[in-house]
Amino acid sequence: MNVYDVLQTIIPTAIFFAAPLIFTALGGVFSERSGVVNIGLEGLMVIGAFTGIVFNLTFADQFGSLTPWLALVAAIVVGALFSLLHAVASVTFRADQVVSGVAINFLALGLSLFLVKKMYGKGQTDQIQVGFDKIDVPVLSDIPVIGPLLFSNAYVTSYIAIILAFVSWYIIYKTPFGLRLRAVGEHPMAADTMGIHVAQMRYIAVMISGALGGLGGAVYATIISRDFSHATISGHGFMALAAMIFGKWHPIGAMGAALFFGLAQSLSIVGQTIPFLKNVPTVYLLIAPYVLTILALAGFIGRAEAPKAAGTPYVKGKR
Amino acid sequence: MRSNRHQQFLIPLLAVLLGMIAGSIVMLVSGYNPVAGFSSLIYGAFGDAYYIGETIRQTTPYILTGLAVAFAFRTGLFNIGVEGQLIVGWLAAVWVGVSFDLPKIIHLPLAILAAAAAGALWGLIPGVLKAYVKVHEVIITIMMNYIALHVTNAIIRSVLSDEGFKSEPIKQSASLQSEFLEAMTYHSTMHYGILIAIAAAFVMWFLLERTTKGFELRAVGFNQHASQYAGMNVRANIILAMVISGAFAGVAGAMEGLGTFGNISTKAGFTGLGFDGIAVALIGGNNAFGILLSALLFGALKVGALEMPSGAGVPTELVDIIIALIIFFVASSYMIRWLLSRGQKGAE
Amino acid sequence: MEYVIEMLNIRKVFGTFVANDNITLQVKKGEIHALLGENGAGKSTLMNVLFGLYQPDGGEIRVKGKPVRITDPNVANDLGIGMVHQHFMLVDTFTVTENIILGSEPAQAGTIDMKRAEQEVRELSERYGLAVDPTAKIADISVGMQQRVEILKTLYRGADILIFDEPTAVLTPQEIRELIEIMRTLVREGKSIILITHKLKEIMEVCDRVTVIRRGKGIATLNVAETNPNELAALMVGREVQFTTEKRPAEPGKPVLEIENLVVKDARGVTAVNGLNLTVRAGEVVGIAGVDGNGQTELIEALTGLVKAESGTIKLNGQEITNLPPRKIVEAGVGHIPQDRHKHGLVLDFPIGENMVLQTYYKPPYSKRGMLNFKAIYDKARQLIREFDVRTPDEYTKARALSGGNQQKAIIGREVDRNPDLLIAAQPTRGLDVGAIEFIHKRLIEQRDQGKAVLLVSFELDEVMNVSDRIAVIYEGKIIAIVDPKETTEQELGLLMAGSKRKEAGVSS
Repeated sequence: MNVYDVLQTIIPTAIFFAAPLIFTALGGVFSERSGVVNIGLEGLMVIGAFTGIVFNLTFADQFGSLTPWLALVAAIVVGALFSLLHAVASVTFRADQVVSGVAINFLALGLSLFLVKKMYGKGQTDQIQVGFDKIDVPVLSDIPVIGPLLFSNAYVTSYIAIILAFVSWYIIYKTPFGLRLRAVGEHPMAADTMGIHVAQMRYIAVMISGALGGLGGAVYATIISRDFSHATISGHGFMALAAMIFGKWHPIGAMGAALFFGLAQSLSIVGQTIPFLKNVPTVYLLIAPYVLTILALAGFIGRAEAPKAAGTPYVKGKR
Repeated sequence: MRSNRHQQFLIPLLAVLLGMIAGSIVMLVSGYNPVAGFSSLIYGAFGDAYYIGETIRQTTPYILTGLAVAFAFRTGLFNIGVEGQLIVGWLAAVWVGVSFDLPKIIHLPLAILAAAAAGALWGLIPGVLKAYVKVHEVIITIMMNYIALHVTNAIIRSVLSDEGFKSEPIKQSASLQSEFLEAMTYHSTMHYGILIAIAAAFVMWFLLERTTKGFELRAVGFNQHASQYAGMNVRANIILAMVISGAFAGVAGAMEGLGTFGNISTKAGFTGLGFDGIAVALIGGNNAFGILLSALLFGALKVGALEMPSGAGVPTELVDIIIALIIFFVASSYMIRWLLSRGQKGAE
Repeated sequence: MEYVIEMLNIRKVFGTFVANDNITLQVKKGEIHALLGENGAGKSTLMNVLFGLYQPDGGEIRVKGKPVRITDPNVANDLGIGMVHQHFMLVDTFTVTENIILGSEPAQAGTIDMKRAEQEVRELSERYGLAVDPTAKIADISVGMQQRVEILKTLYRGADILIFDEPTAVLTPQEIRELIEIMRTLVREGKSIILITHKLKEIMEVCDRVTVIRRGKGIATLNVAETNPNELAALMVGREVQFTTEKRPAEPGKPVLEIENLVVKDARGVTAVNGLNLTVRAGEVVGIAGVDGNGQTELIEALTGLVKAESGTIKLNGQEITNLPPRKIVEAGVGHIPQDRHKHGLVLDFPIGENMVLQTYYKPPYSKRGMLNFKAIYDKARQLIREFDVRTPDEYTKARALSGGNQQKAIIGREVDRNPDLLIAAQPTRGLDVGAIEFIHKRLIEQRDQGKAVLLVSFELDEVMNVSDRIAVIYEGKIIAIVDPKETTEQELGLLMAGSKRKEAGVSS
């Protein structure tokens, strides 16, 4: 096996695994930039995965090949609505944001499994029949060397994820909305005195994180697991959270970290077929994202700093 | 003042009540009978000696994870890593349990201490990072959870078994299992761990409320700056708080390894005991006695739920929904306080 | 002349506390109108009502004669009302321009037009002589500059009525002069200004009229030209005010605190205390006068062991205490009334009783073999609460529930009770009302009379001149002069504090 073959094994899988993480981590960036810590990303992915699969199973006959796309839309909507709970608790009722996030995770799993049992009479759904097709990007896939690596035989959702990261960067750093979002996360009272509605901004940001978390979960379920059970989403939301932190709360950074974590995941799965990785115990690859995130936070890999007001409810006119 | 103390009890009670009401609504909407649902839940938790034994067995680790979370809360920390500390504690206890042949009087305490030490070590890392680099413990402990999960699985596969998925059973000399308690409860899995859990609750109360060390830990938890000005060693106290919290969680793992299961298996995901500990601590008002009661509540909910599918056709997950909603309600205590104050105004 | 702002019979209630009790404030076009009152009198509440942050429970607001309802800051902005906040409302990580345009960004096709915004900010800055760099990051510019950004924020939104909330509290004397110039320029350009302050001198210097409020009630509105500081002070406090604390001449004894060549770095690693020498003797109060940021904080932190000194020595009663841990220094006989009582002085969520033993809880009689003795702790607490007149329902009440003055009394009681040879008081009266200030000054003098050494650090010149027996002027981390308060003037001290005049420092006198 030469180096190129190795890359051709690893890189497409890395991108494949990274896409759901990118979506969800971008959601995390929006929420935390507005000052709301979102530990509930895991739960939002669970809800998205559940919605995506159930929609797909239910409507595959009506919508045919359009089904998975509509399933993603459904997951976005349901994710955004579900995240409203987190917004209500942590913005309006000033709940501890971490506690509320934990509750989101519990509720998402409990509710979706409850509904799965109610609807299907068993603990997990059937496999979906209609998924996404892999595509070769026109023109780009013909580029020698990198064409086959990056632009062939891949899911279009992966490219959407990467494009969305750049769109998010533009929104957060170049638009009035982004300026206000960051102001609300850094110094909500300053934003308030400038006439910006802090609660409203935070609601929007949390709902964006719900939409993107739901999307991430649905993409994962549609492409990778193809069904829904209690173990479909097991830690991917937290890994997305790690990617957001490792990416220093920056959309492009979060995307880079998600790609890197995707690489670690892909190595832990395909590594056994690669000669010089065969002897590396998979546990190192499995824990790599978490260890790296701790090292980043500890300042060994450049200091990662959260938005200043993250985690604190804003009380208007506090004396 | 009095109304505040009043509310301390009222808020968790109301949160539980609201959670139950919400659960009833979910059952109604999904076409189940809430009365049948809750009766079978109560029967499944306390219906006869066997169920009571199972409920107490489930309560045991809940007490300890609740104490772990509460101890951290009381000292100004949010230990969301109880889950990981529990897993490494479980691993350490079983490891000691299978590796040595010792008289019970040494072997059992040694295994429990090993669990406490492993949990403490898992708490030490975020404690040190918090104390010296000021990194928030929430994120670090979440990451530590996953590291614990994967490392433990790897050790079970490569050290405690021959590429298998579970360890050997522990030696009898390290076991918490009790033929006496089992016989009393129609062969439930109840074990002596409950005594350790109750003792741990006493230890937490005594340490925090009665000792000078507890005074320091609480002071640092509320206000690091003032504590430093008053001559306390802030860093040492932060680290100590995380270590003690982790030790409680580690002992919770020992309850599973030495009592309930007698071995350890690889895990696809978390046990949930650690995350549930957050709910136990919040409902228990972060107070040792309150935690005994709230752990019993959650133990009963979890064990009673197992009876719901056969008794009322309701999926067990309903209880997870109820627990999640209870957490929401108690976290949004501002809302409950607001409702209470409106109620009072209305009454005046 | 017409009024631009009329607040008529404004009432604002928080729970059972009446913050504004039918206050009336009328501001004429083109004037600088002072709003004078003690801390907690209700000035900020009234202004927050005008700015739309609070809704009044009663009364009427008219802007340029028209009745208005100001439901949020946007409405205030639209009416031409702008606020320069005391605690700057600036996002540290943003640039000057980003802070200024926040909330009303010039945009094209959904994108912020940063070029245009910077140009507009530059033009405004030049027009009012503010000399602000539109591209600088807030974190990198001085406090005085930050305040100008706050002013620009209001001007950018087209405000013609500017509210300045205690604007001089954070400024150096030089910056205060510049601010006064800026305010005069603004009025010349047709703006009207409301100046919230409790400093009588500023009112006398720049204001046209003054409205005095006391305990939530409007007391009087006067022409500044027809009044004097004594009258204003009496109106503000509600009785004749003793401007000076009565005291006997000091009888200094042996040196208690001796500081030699002390060098301390601040949190960012910049040298803040730079070879400082100072001696404080038994039975005297030495006041440190200086503009904030000249090394006062770092000096105190080094004296109390909170940060390590780079070099130099600190001796207490002849024993070296340099770089000992805080607890050892406390035990050696240093008491400390910290600058920020909420952050550093009290554990607000502890009962007031437990706060009384915050440094001594580990010693008998408060504990034995690692176990707390609550009876001894609360006996001591009751005694101190009585002796120092701490108004609290009981000793089990959380410190948070007490008023600032009572919190400070509790801290002073605790520190004095340990009978330290050296008492360090940092800004001991900040934010307190006149009654509490008098009480605290008396207690400091009392300590001196009992033969203790007292080191007072304050940014209020009046306080330093009033209480101290000697004044040490600190500038850029050095004591550059030691003067006798009876023989100096505020002008001289001001010049010394600004570093523009040097006196040979009598280091060990």
